[in-house]
Amino acid sequence: MTAPNPAFFTALARLGDDRLVLGHRTSEWCGHAPILEEDIALANIALDLIGQANLLLQHAGAVEGAGRDQDALAFLRDAMDFRNVLLCELPRGDFAVTITRHFLHGLFSVLQWEALSRSTDDTLAGIAAKALKESKYHVRHAGEWVIRLGDGTDESRRRAQDALNLLWPYTGELFMQPADEAGLVAAGLTADVSQLEPAWRAQADGVLQRATLTPPATTWMQRGGRDGRHTEHLGHMLAEMQIVARSHPGAQW
Amino acid sequence: MSDAGERSWPLWEVFGQEGDGEAHQHMGSVHACDAEQALQFARDVYARRNEAISLWVVPSAAITASTPEDMGPFFDPANDKAYRHPQFYKVPKGVKVF
Amino acid sequence: MTGTVAEDPARLAEFEARIAADQSIEPKDWMPERYRSQLVRMMSQHAHSEVVGMLPEGNWITRAPSLRRKMILLAKVQDEGGHGLYIYCGTETLGVDRHDLVQQLLDGKAKYSSIFNYPTLSWADIGAIGWLVDGAAIVNQTMLAKASYGPYARAMVRICKEENFHKRQGYEIMATLSRGTPAQKAMAQESLNRWWWPSLMMFGPHDKDSSNSDELMKWGVKRKSNDELRQRFINLTIAQVKAIDLTVPDPDLRYDEASGDWITGPIDWDEFWRVVKGNGPCNGERIAARRKAHAEGEWVREAATAFAEKQQRDNRATTDTQQTAGATDE
Repeated sequence: MTAPNPAFFTALARLGDDRLVLGHRTSEWCGHAPILEEDIALANIALDLIGQANLLLQHAGAVEGAGRDQDALAFLRDAMDFRNVLLCELPRGDFAVTITRHFLHGLFSVLQWEALSRSTDDTLAGIAAKALKESKYHVRHAGEWVIRLGDGTDESRRRAQDALNLLWPYTGELFMQPADEAGLVAAGLTADVSQLEPAWRAQADGVLQRATLTPPATTWMQRGGRDGRHTEHLGHMLAEMQIVARSHPGAQW
Repeated sequence: MSDAGERSWPLWEVFGQEGDGEAHQHMGSVHACDAEQALQFARDVYARRNEAISLWVVPSAAITASTPEDMGPFFDPANDKAYRHPQFYKVPKGVKVF
Repeated sequence: MTGTVAEDPARLAEFEARIAADQSIEPKDWMPERYRSQLVRMMSQHAHSEVVGMLPEGNWITRAPSLRRKMILLAKVQDEGGHGLYIYCGTETLGVDRHDLVQQLLDGKAKYSSIFNYPTLSWADIGAIGWLVDGAAIVNQTMLAKASYGPYARAMVRICKEENFHKRQGYEIMATLSRGTPAQKAMAQESLNRWWWPSLMMFGPHDKDSSNSDELMKWGVKRKSNDELRQRFINLTIAQVKAIDLTVPDPDLRYDEASGDWITGPIDWDEFWRVVKGNGPCNGERIAARRKAHAEGEWVREAATAFAEKQQRDNRATTDTQQTAGATDE
């Protein structure tokens, strides 16, 4: 049994909530994708992400030591208690938004998992090592699509550039290192995300260039999710996600 | 609806190797616009349950196959060549291991 | 085009002898035109059913009440998409394009299993569908895995293997609800009440009213009749209903000692034909959802095609340049 550790709990919730919320958004595509093969591909990505969230929130519950399991954390917390970045909760949008978001967040995830696979917390290191392989595939899948959409037709290029313009101001939050994790980073439990930005930017630029897409000039970055201040979208998403679980308090499923 | 898109996505045949040392076997097919996408779709469609450790994709149009009419001339002549098989040959009784 | 074609009697006799000998018919083999068209009809309906079948269950992915249930349901609905894909590919071996089959579905010209024109109204419906609808489908598909057409049979073998978990997860949901809170148990019973009769209808009309059955059985595509399969399903399911303390909505249900069969009351075939002919609760919505996804995906499919064409042009240009360069070197 791990000793309760509130700061580490919050850090794990940040990791888990990113994947839960993005996985949920991705699952909204099931049955509605542009082609049957891609429907199956998107479901695989959603399953990977929800699977990661399942492990991370389970670990978070254990670290918190308050008797909450992963389902209590996923289905019984209010929006204010979620710690995902705003990028993950934006509506799924068109296929360009979905793919571009997977690319931008996936690239970040690969770097984050690489760092976290060296965590001094064995459970987290194990989850990170497993998730790293999944995220590498997500980046390959999304990256190839970004190139095809960007360098496809006039319409697809416009949509891909619109998606990039929409999402770009939400990427800064990925690299804002929360002040309350300083002790965890020092102890080697979690990684300092601010260190990951140069590598992320270099890799993103490489693919975007091949896709003939350009990040917008804007430097203003949206933030708030890591501290529980969200967009209006998350509340609606959770209302749907949590309705059955919350309508039957204490029930088993 | 014009739908030039999907119609021109060619069909690819998918071959997968189930385990180390095994031969690649036909698993099914996917529609994809190019080889990289065909490979990814093959992975997502046919390897969801650990069915493969390696995948090949081949444009269906690139496969040349024998026809049912070929069956006689192609394969029947091999029927009467028993001397190609080890059972055709006698080994003296005393020899246990050959 | 079909039915009226006079087939070469010698080839037809040879073909029917192969069927009688339980040989597998492969894409390049000669086959009667009517065999081909019946297969295309049946396989494409089957594929459409898998794809449209994603919608009623997909309706609850975003509301599944636990992470475990969410992952199971997503994996299950994903499988249905995969199964549609396998069967479409099998149909393409008969010389039809998947695109044309999909277009027929979108145009409202193709049939698919009527069960998917019923709405999913509670979480328990996810249990009932997995247990009853997939359960009925497995009874049917186990038979089709022995179908005379090789690509269809092979797709079915793969599908049956994958569907094993579908029925189990559905039954597990129902069992959990039934032993849960009173509200959960009521949810399970209400759902069983709605899905019981439509799932019996899934096997199609009674043998005496089934127009395609004789031909499909003669050619070994179907190996058992609608009524035989339905009876098998009923016998299997009644025991499962009792085991989780629920009841089927049929006051006439009785056990027949002589045959060992459970005999149900009359099936409402008016309802069946009403839904088949397009007036089920969700016929319009299901096709509208498929149309919307297809229309919204159009630009994506076009983009991928345009990119692939550009790459091919670039590759050719590179090869040409290299060849020219090589020639100059010499």
